[in-house]
Amino acid sequence: MDLSAINPAVLVASIMIAATPILLAALGELVVEKSGVLNLGVEGMMITGAICGFIVTVETGSPFLGFIAAAAGGAFLSLIFAVLTQYLLSNQVATGLALTLFGLGVASLLGHSYVGINPPSVPKLDLGPVSDIPYIGTMFLRHDAVVYFGIALTIAVWATLKYSRIGLVLRAVGENHDAAHALGYKVIRIRILAIMFGGACAGLGGAYLSLVRVPQWTEGITAGAGWIALAIVVFASWRPGVVLLGAYLFGGVTLLQLNLQAAGLAVPVEYLSMSPYLITILVLVIMSSRKGRASLSAPASLGHPFQASR
Amino acid sequence: MKLTSILKGAVAALALTGAAMADGHEKTKVGFVYVGPIADGGWTTEHNNGRLAIEEAFGDAVETTYVEKVPEGADAERVMTQMALTGHDLIFTTSFGYMDPTNNVAEKFPDVKFEHATGYKRLHDNVTTYSARFYEGRAVIGHIAGKMTETNKIGYIASVPIPEVIRGINAAYLHAKKANPEVEMKIVWTFGWEDAAKEGDAARALIEQGVDVIMQHTDTTAPMLVAEEAGAYAFGQASDMSAAGPTAHLTSIIDNWAPYYIERTQAVIDGTWEQKDTWDGISTGMVEFAEFSDAIPADVLAEAIAMKDAIAAGEYHPFTGPINKQDGSVYLAEGETPEDGPLAGMNFYVEGIVGDVPQ
Amino acid sequence: MFSLEKRKTPSKAWSLATPILAVALTMIAGAIMFSLLGKPPLEALRTIFIDPIFSEQFGAYSRPQLLVKAGPLILIAIGLSLGFRAGIWNIGAEGQYIMGAIFGAAAGLALYPLEAWWIFPMMVIVGCLGGLLWAMIPAILRTHFNTNEILVSLLLVYVAEEILKAMATGALRNPDGGGFPGSRNLSKWVSSQNTEIIANSGMHWGVVTAFITVIFAYVLLSRHMLGFHIQLAGQSPRAAKFAGVNPKALVITCMGIAGGLAGLAGLFEVTGPAGQISTDFNSGYGFTAIIVAFLGRLHPVGIVLAGLLMALTYIGGELAQLMLGLPAASIQAFQGMLLFFLLAVDVLTNYRIRMNKGAK
Repeated sequence: MDLSAINPAVLVASIMIAATPILLAALGELVVEKSGVLNLGVEGMMITGAICGFIVTVETGSPFLGFIAAAAGGAFLSLIFAVLTQYLLSNQVATGLALTLFGLGVASLLGHSYVGINPPSVPKLDLGPVSDIPYIGTMFLRHDAVVYFGIALTIAVWATLKYSRIGLVLRAVGENHDAAHALGYKVIRIRILAIMFGGACAGLGGAYLSLVRVPQWTEGITAGAGWIALAIVVFASWRPGVVLLGAYLFGGVTLLQLNLQAAGLAVPVEYLSMSPYLITILVLVIMSSRKGRASLSAPASLGHPFQASR
Repeated sequence: MKLTSILKGAVAALALTGAAMADGHEKTKVGFVYVGPIADGGWTTEHNNGRLAIEEAFGDAVETTYVEKVPEGADAERVMTQMALTGHDLIFTTSFGYMDPTNNVAEKFPDVKFEHATGYKRLHDNVTTYSARFYEGRAVIGHIAGKMTETNKIGYIASVPIPEVIRGINAAYLHAKKANPEVEMKIVWTFGWEDAAKEGDAARALIEQGVDVIMQHTDTTAPMLVAEEAGAYAFGQASDMSAAGPTAHLTSIIDNWAPYYIERTQAVIDGTWEQKDTWDGISTGMVEFAEFSDAIPADVLAEAIAMKDAIAAGEYHPFTGPINKQDGSVYLAEGETPEDGPLAGMNFYVEGIVGDVPQ
Repeated sequence: MFSLEKRKTPSKAWSLATPILAVALTMIAGAIMFSLLGKPPLEALRTIFIDPIFSEQFGAYSRPQLLVKAGPLILIAIGLSLGFRAGIWNIGAEGQYIMGAIFGAAAGLALYPLEAWWIFPMMVIVGCLGGLLWAMIPAILRTHFNTNEILVSLLLVYVAEEILKAMATGALRNPDGGGFPGSRNLSKWVSSQNTEIIANSGMHWGVVTAFITVIFAYVLLSRHMLGFHIQLAGQSPRAAKFAGVNPKALVITCMGIAGGLAGLAGLFEVTGPAGQISTDFNSGYGFTAIIVAFLGRLHPVGIVLAGLLMALTYIGGELAQLMLGLPAASIQAFQGMLLFFLLAVDVLTNYRIRMNKGAK
């Protein structure tokens, strides 16, 4: 066993990459849940984004267009969920699960002729000499644009929810849709937009897997990442900043155990893998038992259907 | 009363199938049960290539079918039964976890031939088992890896701790060590066969810790892609993975099931099919290599090819004593080679490998 | 534009007509997808929906298999539906199913190779308890800390899956299994096997239990006080309080029943059709059952029909792959479409569609 072989700076850099897909998907789902909707179809939207982004990147040669297509693909799939749950008032849990099933099927149909193809690579952002700063450079300044986009999006979502009018309205809809409706907000329209934002983010996260992290198309490439994203939102108690932390924690545990194994340490993999979920439950219990701090608990209307009474 | 009449009907139906078989119905029907998608680029893709080879070899005389992504257990048993009921003469079940279902279904359909890959149970006359001696290939690439590494650190991405994988690690390690006494092997288990992101992360972790040659016993191309990006070398698994890493790729161990599948289909057509247990390797072409990379120096390549030929000719066994187990106890004495039975159940590391087989 | 107006009582006619409408719509959409894939659409639909039931060649086999596949789905969905009616959202049945199987199998394997008639009934009880205990975690967290049970029950699925892997490769691994992961085959050990009660009928103990549970649930919901409380709590929590319903007790009861039934389903599966604890023993029954519960409109009879319909698409889907060479992914997509349509058309049962003319 030789733990000194693990370079912390590189480990941090790898964790940032490993966390990016789940971070993007979790941020999207956070916004969806803040609006009072629970969409369990993240895995299906992610994998749809993964294949849409891959196909467009391979066909056009442009990863940028690929990521746009991934967002569009994810958003389009989420639109099915939006119409079903918002207009046709179907149950959100069941519809989300069906969305995952459908997304997995559609993605592997679309991807059938794209197996074994190498996509054009996504360039690292050229930050000039600063990326050569020891440690800091290795950790933070040698990534591709999407990694920074993920962090920027975290800040943007945080600021929007906290300071902007849109954020206020979104939270109002999520906390009490009847009151929001009485105030004249278009509950359904706001929720549909939130759902589509969630779909687009999940799609981006999926495309990051197929275009950067792996980068190839294989069936089932998301391998449960969408489900992890769902857990992260809860872990973060619906706060964007903590989503970032959660993504690093959940992504980091897997990376850490792989690194420890490579360093020759016998790791109880199963117990390490379940620990983030147990921590999340603990966090959830602590948050929900603290009374009077509504901002730290689940949006009050989460999962409840809304129908305007006239 | 009703039940007996149903049973009678079933017996009559079976007899009919038997009769149709006996007078050699027009087409021989061969079915495949796959655990993964045919587009997995690894294990299932190669079995499916074997199926396509049957179609090519026999043309209209044979019809092949398959069902992919069949979970092990009850679902597998149902799919096999449906195949038997729909007039299949020969059914290949291509995952270890299909062992009990294959034998259960074979018992009910004595006229249908079953071939189970990588298992060891042949409870009925119509069940055959087959597998490949992948460890022969791993001995050869182990030698190349030992010669190619400059950091003296080889990385091994392992899937699940089953004898086949452990045997591969041992064969690779022994020959790498022989080629380069300084060599050290770092093993990372992913506990799955297909998780591209995780396998890629494992490759990155290994390279970061000084590894410059990577072997994998998992099915995705992710480790090869990472090696290409990081400027390391890597060996492919199951399929030719050279496209994923044109410079990183040294060679791949290819599972070539086509000759065996064609032979067994022919046996069914000829009526000469008999139960057997096949464990073939380089000699019959069941284990093949992709094109060797130009990066391998000529002398190393010559040694590797010499070893490959010696194994093929039966002159050399990759596990030839003296070999000790990890705890230092004797496994094989000088010049001794193992029996196939114990070798098939190998569940320990050989001396020199650091770490424990995960429990 | 159009708008929805809630019906005073759900429409009987539409509740019968909507599933038929949904299946018809799925057939149209599916036919389009299959022809895009270059396969004969009508033949594909016939293979999926009709052949498993009516084929002369193999119908005698696939008909009982429908019961085997639908059994666990129905058993779990019935348990879930009680909670769903009361507004208690246990979506972690997958984890409860796994823990039932692990508990029951462990209790049995501890006695291997003893042969005794009481081993299987004992395993059934322990399996039920395993699922029940796993469901008690989110239940008690909800009643004592007001923690959201949707999220806790879902998170516990991941934990259960990791425990399953640890068990299959560790404590429960078959010592005579040649080093491979997976427990002993419980369906081959006489004391623990869950056999078919009538040969070739598909009726193993799990299926029988599922049907008994359906009858119980029906009686409970229509005649029993608890059933009335469940309905009331779901429709109006405040009215329920006035009627003397103890909301905490209701959470514990509903989650307990759901967990216990999911645990039973896991135990019957591991001792019968699946045969052993393996790393991927759970094949998503717990999640599929949630869909089944909603497709069945949370009604016991509806759940039976929904469970059978899901089972039909699985078995017919395999046949379509086998006979027509359809890719497995197209079957997944097809199932997804069927679910979307079934969920979508339900709106007609509870709402009236009004066309709005002019402004707004």
